[in-house]
Parts: sequence; C-alpha cells; structure tokens
Amino acid sequence: MWTLRFICITLLLTPLRKVTGVNLVSAFRRMMGLFAFFYGTLHFVTYVVLDRFAGLVDYPGGYFSLATMKSLTKSIVDDIVKRPYITVGFIAFVLMVPLAITSTKGWIRRMGGKKWALLHRLVYVTAIAGVVHYWWLVKADLTRPQTYAAIVAILLGVRLYYRFTARRSAPRSASASGRQSAPG
Amino acid sequence: MVEVAGECAKKGKYSIDDILKGETIEERVYRHRCVEAWSMVIPWNGIPLANFIKRMEPTSKATHIKFYTAMDRKQMPGIQSEVLDWPYVEGLRMDEAMHPLTILVVGLYGEMLPNQDGAPIRLAVPWKYGFKHVKSINKIEFVTKEPLNTWQRQAPREYGFYANVNPEVDHPRWTQATERRIGEFFRRKTLMFNGYGDQVAGMYSKLDLKKYF
Repeated sequence: MWTLRFICITLLLTPLRKVTGVNLVSAFRRMMGLFAFFYGTLHFVTYVVLDRFAGLVDYPGGYFSLATMKSLTKSIVDDIVKRPYITVGFIAFVLMVPLAITSTKGWIRRMGGKKWALLHRLVYVTAIAGVVHYWWLVKADLTRPQTYAAIVAILLGVRLYYRFTARRSAPRSASASGRQSAPG
Repeated sequence: MVEVAGECAKKGKYSIDDILKGETIEERVYRHRCVEAWSMVIPWNGIPLANFIKRMEPTSKATHIKFYTAMDRKQMPGIQSEVLDWPYVEGLRMDEAMHPLTILVVGLYGEMLPNQDGAPIRLAVPWKYGFKHVKSINKIEFVTKEPLNTWQRQAPREYGFYANVNPEVDHPRWTQATERRIGEFFRRKTLMFNGYGDQVAGMYSKLDLKKYF
C-alpha cells in the first residue's frame, strides 16, 4: 500500500513542477522513490517469510538447512509462475531494484543523463504493475484499487500530454533542454 | 425474529425464545477454517439445526434450505457500499442441514453471541469454509432447488455452493493445502473436510469435489 503511495508521490513531482513551477523534484524525488523501494522490500520480505517460509510445513534438516532453503526457493518461484497477481507484483518489485541501485549521483554521472532517464522510465511499468497487483488481489471491494488506477492514469496521462504538445512545438522552440531533465 | 417460509408446514415468524424452546444449548468445540486460509478453534453454543428443521415439518419437495442475513441500513452502515448483492444468502442441501454436526449458534465462549459474530443467531457447519456459516439469520426458506449463495454469485470461479474444506482444490489465487491457525507463525496442513471426514464424507461419495467445490 505504502509502496504504491510513494510511487504516486514520486510520479507527482515532475507534473507538479510543470504545472505550478514548484520544484520539489531535485529535493525529494529520489527520496520518495527510495521510500517506495523500501516499503516494496518490506512487503516482499513479509511475503517470503510469513507466507512462503511459514507455509512450507516440512523443514528437512531444520529451518535454515540447505534443503529447506531450496524448497523455499521452489515455493516462491512456483507461486510467481502460478498466480498472475503474484507475477505482476513481483515484476513491479524487481523493476525497482535497478532504479534503487542507480539512484546515486555517481550512477547518474556514469550512465549519463539521457540513458539514466531512459532506464528510470521503468517506474511507469512498476506503477501500472503495482495497480494491477492490487486490483487482482482484492476480494470484492474494488474502490481502492480503482482509486489508485485513476491516480496513476492521470499521472501518466499528464506525461503523455506534455510529450504530445512538446513534440508539436518542438520544431519552433527546440526545447531539447527541457527534455533532458529525466522522466518522473 | 426469524421468518420461516417455503416448503414446510409451520411457516411463520419465530423469536429466538421460540427457536430455543425445549432445547438444550450445547457447547460444541469446532475447528473453523476460513476460505482465505486462516483458522481457529471455536467453542460455539447452540442447538442442532436438525431439531429446528423437524419442528418446521418440511414437505418432501424441500431439497435445500436457504438462509438470509438481516439487512438493517441503520444498524449496518457497511451495506451502503454495494460490495456484495445484499442481503447475504447461503444455503445447504437438506442432508447437510440435517447432519448432527450442523448447529444453530446463539453463543460463543459460553456468552451471548456478540453482534459482530452474527447475533442473535447464526450457523456453524464445521466441515465447510467459514463463509457458509451465515450470520444474523432472519429468514429460513425451504426450497426445491440449489440456492445461489452470495459468494458464488459474486465470483463463481472462486467460490462454489458446497465450499467443503478441501486441501486438494486450491482457490485460484491461493493454496488451500495449508492454513494459519490464528496466533501461530507456522502454517498447518489443512485436513480434508476440516478433519470431519469420518462423519461427513459419506454425503459426497458420488460427487466430483473438484467440480463441485
């Protein structure tokens, strides 16, 4: 839940700058993204320990033996393959890993702004996969997943809109400098 | 008040006192297994549903029994949201309803049944998933065909009419092979018919339990 909230906040900062001129991107975006990754990690660890590990029933050679770890791995992999809502949840999480690793100044410099920005567009996929994961796991009341779907749709829609309008005005204003400043 | 309707001789409205008249309230300690894979051991207080059914004198046409849950917008603000098609409806086949393990519950841990647990009267059918244990019953109807229960109507791929606890038939989104007893860290193996197979398996000997889950 908090993972998705922080993803939304992260995605909000760039459009906020464009619309209101308030620039929180440089100060907060990395932190918000890392918070999302932090909560995503907690969520994944909880799933692995409370759901998978505690659900093994058999612990050959003890709780932390090699055989137990093998069957734990198998149980996780099988679950990811078998259940679509786990699959998309796992995708959403895994795609955050390279973003968290390359979130430092050093990595931006090493990769170069353009490449880095391209890589970090993966956050869009995480946002969508996160919403789908939530949508598919609820039992009956879809209100909350629908709310998050709407928020993510607006935040991504705003980007499409800016991209579209920027492309149309590009020949005249050559706004390349604006385009360089990373996705959001 | 519980309204009794349908294929029976003694249609009418019955208070909880009417229902309990001449009955001995027994304590039954049952395993309780939710379809969402948590479980508990619960000391219910109640009477066999069979006793009440016999008093209502169902006709030979009655094949199933259908339960309706109370729906009071003032007391139950949650029903404002149309998450489910209220009122909540559940049902049992007649032989399941008459089974000695099936009870009408009026108490919990020796106390009166709290509102949130289905006061004033609810069902317990320990070999079935928790959602069959319909709460706050205000109408019982003897019917001539299998009723469409609320969760089956909501998601027929995920919830069936029988809803017998079965570790071999997974819910599409999670395993039913194991369960977490509330308060425990490690999950337990789920037992066929929640461990009541000796008493109830005979009723389903001709049924394909993978199809009729």
